[in-house]
Amino acid sequence: MQLRHLALSGALGLALAAAGGPADGRDLTVVSWGGSYQDAQRQAVFEPYKRATGKALVEDSWNGGIGALRAKAEGPATWDVVQVETDELVLGCEEGILVPLDWAKLGGKDRYLPEAVHECGVGNIIWATVLAYDGDRFKDNPPKSWADFFDTKKYPGKRALRRGPRQALEFALLADGVPLDQVYKVLRTEEGVQRAFAKLDSIKGDLVWWEAGAQPPQLLASGEVVMTSAYNGRISAANRNEGRHFRIAWEAGYVYQIDSWVILANSDKKEEALDFIAFASQPQQQAKLAELIPYGPTRVDAAELIPEAVRNDIPGTPGNRAYGLFFDRDFWVDQVEKLTERFNAWAAQ
Amino acid sequence: MTAATAHPAVSHLAATALRRHVRRSGRRRRLAAVGLTLPLVAYLLVFFVLPILGMLRLSVANDELATTLPETTALLRAWSGEGMPPEDVLAVLAREMRAAHAARTLARLAKRLNVESAGFRTLVLATGRNLPETPAGSWTETFLALDPEWGKPAIWGALRRAAAPWTDLYLLAALDLERGEQGEIRRVAPERAIYLGILGRTLWISFLVTAACLVLAYPLAYLLAGLPERYANPLLILVLLPFWTSLLVRSAAWIVLLQREGPINQILQGLRLVDQPLQLVFNRAGVLIAMTHVLLPFMVLPLYSVMRNIHPSYVRAAISLGASPWLAFRRIFLPLSVPGIAAGCLLVFILAIGYYITPALLGGADDQMISWFVAFFTLQTVNWGMAAALGTLLFAVTLALYALFARVVGVDRLRLG
Amino acid sequence: MHLAPGRFVLWSWAILVLAFLVLPLFVIVPLSLSSGAFLSFPLPGLSLRWYRELWQSELWWRAFVNSVVVGTAAMVIATVLGTAAAIGLELADFRFRRLLTGLLLSPMVVPVVIVATGVYFFYLRLGLTGSLLGLALAHAALGAPFVVVTVSATLAGFDRNLVRAGLSLGAGPWTVFRRIVLPLVAPGVVSGALFAFATSFDELVVAMFLTGPGQRTLPRQMFDGIRENISPTILAAATLLVLLAVALLFAAEGLRRRSLQLRGIRD
Repeated sequence: MQLRHLALSGALGLALAAAGGPADGRDLTVVSWGGSYQDAQRQAVFEPYKRATGKALVEDSWNGGIGALRAKAEGPATWDVVQVETDELVLGCEEGILVPLDWAKLGGKDRYLPEAVHECGVGNIIWATVLAYDGDRFKDNPPKSWADFFDTKKYPGKRALRRGPRQALEFALLADGVPLDQVYKVLRTEEGVQRAFAKLDSIKGDLVWWEAGAQPPQLLASGEVVMTSAYNGRISAANRNEGRHFRIAWEAGYVYQIDSWVILANSDKKEEALDFIAFASQPQQQAKLAELIPYGPTRVDAAELIPEAVRNDIPGTPGNRAYGLFFDRDFWVDQVEKLTERFNAWAAQ
Repeated sequence: MTAATAHPAVSHLAATALRRHVRRSGRRRRLAAVGLTLPLVAYLLVFFVLPILGMLRLSVANDELATTLPETTALLRAWSGEGMPPEDVLAVLAREMRAAHAARTLARLAKRLNVESAGFRTLVLATGRNLPETPAGSWTETFLALDPEWGKPAIWGALRRAAAPWTDLYLLAALDLERGEQGEIRRVAPERAIYLGILGRTLWISFLVTAACLVLAYPLAYLLAGLPERYANPLLILVLLPFWTSLLVRSAAWIVLLQREGPINQILQGLRLVDQPLQLVFNRAGVLIAMTHVLLPFMVLPLYSVMRNIHPSYVRAAISLGASPWLAFRRIFLPLSVPGIAAGCLLVFILAIGYYITPALLGGADDQMISWFVAFFTLQTVNWGMAAALGTLLFAVTLALYALFARVVGVDRLRLG
Repeated sequence: MHLAPGRFVLWSWAILVLAFLVLPLFVIVPLSLSSGAFLSFPLPGLSLRWYRELWQSELWWRAFVNSVVVGTAAMVIATVLGTAAAIGLELADFRFRRLLTGLLLSPMVVPVVIVATGVYFFYLRLGLTGSLLGLALAHAALGAPFVVVTVSATLAGFDRNLVRAGLSLGAGPWTVFRRIVLPLVAPGVVSGALFAFATSFDELVVAMFLTGPGQRTLPRQMFDGIRENISPTILAAATLLVLLAVALLFAAEGLRRRSLQLRGIRD
């Protein structure tokens, strides 16, 4: 009897496994950055898309990196639409792992900020990496600069940065006294890179590295770190959704940039993918997203739809523009691989 | 004359028949043995051995140039390697690079060359994009005009190495070695020399975990082995419970327990043992604690089963002959329990060196072990050669330890439950 | 009791070690029942809200179903092949047998990341990545040794003459297997099956390499959750998994005893 049961359940299991098998029954898969950001996207974009088209949509999350994108492009199609950072957009497009977009279907290039327009990608948010801390833990003397971030005497405890060279090197130079407008000029020299790594090295023992955008609020909430770099929207979302009192030190300086929707070249659902991107890029969707999580829209005609109350939390707006450093795309496209390798070797040692 | 001593001829006949019968049943038994074992052997060959062999092969595979630029590969193999290659080689290279660019396969070659030196990716891709159909002047001038890097020996050396059928590049890199301009083997620059350190770290963490497991498990196993089974068995169940529990559950539990404001720090602070919360997670301490927890049952069980079979009369005899209990333990029991110690330590060590998930969840950037880098190179950077080389290194260490285990302890003792 | 103080130290040590082994698993239980979102004591209150959230989450459900499907398929392959192989090994000549046992058990000790990488490259050629079937096939290879071990254990002390008698009396190998061997090894087979299921159900690394978002399994779902944000929802899932472990453990233990009884060995 046991034998018969076993055989039966086995046949069933195998049949199910085979049915759930190869890519035939795959739904459009959209990949974003997880956590509270993807929650907001689900509400502002994914669910409305499903309702409007009646089509299924599978979500996945990732934490960036051109290598991860290449790994997906080498294998069979599992991802269709991905939200990528600028350097991944440019490199991926050059290497042919991303496909050129039909801009006519996206409403035309002139509807978008010029920085949001690329052959293979359409910008979808303006976001920033900022210095954040828990307001409940710093009553009177909160950190105000990246120099404070690197000052473990004045502010003892662990601090966290995003794993990888991007933004970390910029912040290290800011902490080392390089003015905002000189950062990339200094980074373009070997001495500048060395200087940034030396600065990071000075607090290496006190650094925690995060990868997913959902981690920094978590690290702050659990008291694991006293301050951290973070995506600005996640900090606002933690305050709004979980009643936290996290603060962003805008005045310390922040790096802001544009993320884009792209379609992977090995996708077998390129048309559906483009339809999705077109849907997601409508001004209503962008404005709704910005309302839920304060990342700026890339469409010129979305800006006025955003409620006054959230405007000041969006990077690059008048209230904080003076402290913002726009991500130098050309520098990072050239250097990201070399510096990532160097960073990984440094971090692993 | 009794019936038992039958006619010799008759008894001979019977013996032959019996022998034949026995031989036939022996053959049938062997046949059954092979027939029953073969399916799993075949299955493991396909889904276990073959993939591993494939991975070993990838650690020396070098076919990117040959598949992207086949004609150039043949020409480069024949070329002397002095200065820049002659015009006819460059012409073929240019044609094939343009074709590869159009077919979007150049990235594969660029990836391979980038392993030799970061920067070659951009050089190759940009050149592929901008190469004209006909040369402006000579091909030499055309290449140099596109990027002066083409005039340097480094890129040509890299191309020639990429044209060989096999490469030791990745295996050398896994040992922090590289080939110099003359092809000599040398150490890589100190800031890039990380893998020996990682290997050392992997072995060191495994050693510490093994030692911790032994120290924790030995007295427990000793106690359990001395108890009647009806008491020992329920306690053994407590040892087995974590063993059946998902690794992810155990990791989550430890993160929650060890975090800065978690129960352990709360207790320590409540007892005024520390005034500042201790950093117990996302560092080496977290990795060691969680790995010890996960691997402890693998130490307790072999120790217990060996100790259970040490007859108490040996120790009793020693004591009745005047030895102190401690001396009796040290001179009698401890030596008899050595097979259990060997089995437990080897097993824990072998399992520990392959750990990936626990350090990934509970460790910091400098607590990651070899497995993490294998996964990193496969999934995050598509550097399959490097992943395969580190995998080969790890596999070699494991295999050596497994052989040692088989020799010293015997594979029959590989009981995990 | 010569060693009264020594015994005391020994018992204290043993209790501490057992507590170290077991308590961490149960600390998560009260936290999963917290009415608040933070993972520290004291609890603001008790509630089942995180279980409700788990119950209603489509992602967790799909992961659970995927894991069960893969686990079952892997279990069946591993159990059938593993049982046959264990019996084959028992019948085999000695020299041949040790080498073979070494090979058959090696998936237990080879680092899983090596298997994962190897199978990943292998499947890229076969086009089997991103499928539950491919994952189940790989998991079966990892689970089969456990079946070999448990079935071999029930065969230890097994009277080979029974098989010899059967074969020499003209019964085919299949009949001998079904009528003589199987009833005796049944407890070992079932507990091996449990091991194989648990191995697959808990396996993350191979799943991480081979599957896409459409084939997300429970460990994968847990892993991503732990990395991003250990919410009480994850602890609720973890609590359920601990309960499952307890059930599996008692089933395996019961089977072991039954096997001892069947073979007339007193426990």
